[in-house]
Amino acid sequence: MNTIENLSRRRFLQGSAGLTLGFCLPALAAPVAGPGKAGEGAVGPIHFEPNAFLRIGTDNTVTVLSKHLEMGQGTYTGLATILADELDADWNTVRVEGAPADAKRYNNLFWGPAQGTGGSTAMANSWEQMRKAGAAGRAMLVSAAAIKWNVPAAEIMVRDGVLSHTKSKHRASFGELAVDAATLPVPTDLKLKDPKDFRLIGKQVKRKDSADKTNGQARFTQDVQLPGMLVAVVAHPPRFGATVKSFDARRAKAVKGVVDVVQIPQGVAVLASDTWSAKKGRDALSVNWDESQAFTLGSEEIFARYRELAKTPGLVAHQSGDADQAFGKAARVVRASYDFPYLAHAAMEPMNCVIRLGGDGCEVWNGEQMQTGDQYALAGLFGLKPEQVTIHMLYAGGSFGRRASSHSDYVLEAAHIVKAIDGRAPVKLVWMREDDMRAGYYRPLFHHALEAALDDKGRLTGWRHRLVGQSIVAGTAFEKNLVKDGIDQVSVEGAANLPYAIPNMKVDLHTPKDIPVPVLWWRSVGSSHTAYSTETFLDQVAGAMGTDPVALRLALLPGHPRHAGVLKLAAEKAGWGGPLKAGKPGERRGRGVAVHESFNSYVAQVAEVTVGKDGSIKVDRIVCAVDCGIAINPDNVRAQVQGAIGFALSAALHGEITLKEGRVEQGNFDGYPPLRIHEMPVVEVHIVPSAAAPSGIGEPGVPPAAPAVANAIAAATGKHLTRMPFNPAELAA
Amino acid sequence: MIKLDVNGKQHQLDVAPDTPLLWALRDTLHLTGTKYGCGQALCGACTVQVDGAPMRSCVTPVSAVAGRRITTIEAVDRDRVGKAVQDAWRKLDVVQCGYCQSGQIMSAVSLLRQNRRPSDNDIDNAMSGNLCRCATYVRIRAAIHEAAKALA
Repeated sequence: MNTIENLSRRRFLQGSAGLTLGFCLPALAAPVAGPGKAGEGAVGPIHFEPNAFLRIGTDNTVTVLSKHLEMGQGTYTGLATILADELDADWNTVRVEGAPADAKRYNNLFWGPAQGTGGSTAMANSWEQMRKAGAAGRAMLVSAAAIKWNVPAAEIMVRDGVLSHTKSKHRASFGELAVDAATLPVPTDLKLKDPKDFRLIGKQVKRKDSADKTNGQARFTQDVQLPGMLVAVVAHPPRFGATVKSFDARRAKAVKGVVDVVQIPQGVAVLASDTWSAKKGRDALSVNWDESQAFTLGSEEIFARYRELAKTPGLVAHQSGDADQAFGKAARVVRASYDFPYLAHAAMEPMNCVIRLGGDGCEVWNGEQMQTGDQYALAGLFGLKPEQVTIHMLYAGGSFGRRASSHSDYVLEAAHIVKAIDGRAPVKLVWMREDDMRAGYYRPLFHHALEAALDDKGRLTGWRHRLVGQSIVAGTAFEKNLVKDGIDQVSVEGAANLPYAIPNMKVDLHTPKDIPVPVLWWRSVGSSHTAYSTETFLDQVAGAMGTDPVALRLALLPGHPRHAGVLKLAAEKAGWGGPLKAGKPGERRGRGVAVHESFNSYVAQVAEVTVGKDGSIKVDRIVCAVDCGIAINPDNVRAQVQGAIGFALSAALHGEITLKEGRVEQGNFDGYPPLRIHEMPVVEVHIVPSAAAPSGIGEPGVPPAAPAVANAIAAATGKHLTRMPFNPAELAA
Repeated sequence: MIKLDVNGKQHQLDVAPDTPLLWALRDTLHLTGTKYGCGQALCGACTVQVDGAPMRSCVTPVSAVAGRRITTIEAVDRDRVGKAVQDAWRKLDVVQCGYCQSGQIMSAVSLLRQNRRPSDNDIDNAMSGNLCRCATYVRIRAAIHEAAKALA
């Protein structure tokens, strides 16, 4: 484990500037897998491959290779839309295939020479690349037609996968020209479309994965079956930091189907011919754990420590004006502090990974989100070169950040099992739901303390925000780029760059290093907590100032037209300031607003809630305005925002992973209940028309939802909730 | 040996009688459209139909469904209601990650077989056992109404 990390760390280069996720590796050697090798296999004969992203068959099939993982966010469809538009392809003949792991061709352009999906970067980093890939293919088909028909290229039309020349009445499909086009040089000087000529981008196109995901044919890691494959279920330690002292495998081995029991650094793995036998074997195993080095604190003790820490200054993440002086001169100070629990990603597909060790390398089947990091990690463990690690990127049954493991945690666990059996069989590691929920890699627990200074004229003159929480990137390959002067940028994103024009501001951070609970990015990362504290606290301040929350925000947003734009649009569409229909007797209703930028996308939401006499919370409706630059697939933008709101409400209303004496108390969806359909509000999504380059949409819908709802609850009840998940008992009338 | 009738085909399975139907379908019959999500009937990803009624296959031992008519997502489009639901799902692009959707569709088909014009409340009652972590609920609701319209 250490060897791998050290090896990786040494090889990571100083990152380039201005990256959200700066992850750098030297250029890798030539790939072992070509296009198609790692995917589902090409359909039809292949004759024309102008670049790494496009293949056109003589049967007219247009295959787009996606370098990014499809985990529900619509990436396959989005990337194909961009390329197919510039190609002028027929959308019905376009299919998408997962690209192989090869950072040389398929790196995330925002991450340096490393391949991976995350930070809502898929569309943003691929926008130009996919446009050029499509335009290159189009230009070569046009040249091929011009030569064949002996007509000027400029007179050739391309539409829906067909080239035509009006004067000579020539017509040919992509497939008919594929062989000729393949012999031509790849053009370097490409003319991209004027956006007014887009025929797919910004229009209504259908998802490419709908058919397979509604008939049981979509292939997830969980579905992989290989000849001779064994399924492994692992007994994990009951506390973080505990290790195996000894184990007795006799009862496990007596289970029919169990083939082997092996110790690995992560615990004890039971291997069987099928999943149920492996699980029965695991449950029959008796393991004696060494807990002498284990972490034994509970969540409440961690919070207590953090609250103490919050009384002392942290490292300054942002400073403008002189906040301390503003507070010295304040006529009134508003204060609040906030607690955010650990959160599990709890993707519907629990973590899993299939690995086969062969003569000349290893092969991985995974909902693969961190190709290059995982290649290095596996190469380190197996003594291979990274390029000897072939990765088949399959659909992921959700991720929300979990599969973007900068520690390659579950991938390495699978690899250790394969290694422990000397690679004699391919192994599918399957985590049961309880393994998935208790394994850590949570959204970190955070405590925030906020103060606002109002002067004698009631103006907001000062803002101090202190955050306490573990670093996600410390100790990972991302550290060099994302930790600056001791400050993990993803701990303070959304707080240190607060857009509001407050003359004196200070944001500081404590990063406890003695809490070994594994933490990881969770859909919207730092903004999952900073948007809540800043946007609900601002409403408290608005209350103290006697100002309308929308009016106050707009007054504080000069120079931030995109924030103001979504805020105005959401307020207008929601009927902000207008009457809200009264609830039934005893019910209290309220409307609340929040606006937040994350991953360069701007989202405002207005929530309407009903609070029952007993404090029960019903979120009735959320009106959302979003500015994500050019909306490549508007329907997917709406889908992502709808889903993001549901995801955020899960955390606001229910989500909490708690530790007691170091043990995780939740294990399944009874203790950690995601939102269910009867709790889903009506959602309205309004997209701001934009000519700006596309930014992300997978995550940005999450941050404003919980604060908008909390502000609506405050409007209904007068009670500002400062702890997530919300406690209805605090709201009982 | 346990006899299973799955999607109209008869199978003889050599599995322990306590094996959940889910794992028999997935690991033995290689019908992997039915998903594992929780193992405790909490999430609905494993929903199949047994004699037309929705059942959580992760807690149903194969011995309990021997000889009964089992339908999985792979055969959902073989009847009119199933086809209407699948079409509506595709028309509205309900899916995101897709992992829970087999179970969602099986539950929706069962609802529409019993109730051709479900209200929002009927949908809540029939579908609240099926979790979707991507929260595609807005579209699940719309697609059920859409399918009901198509079946009317």
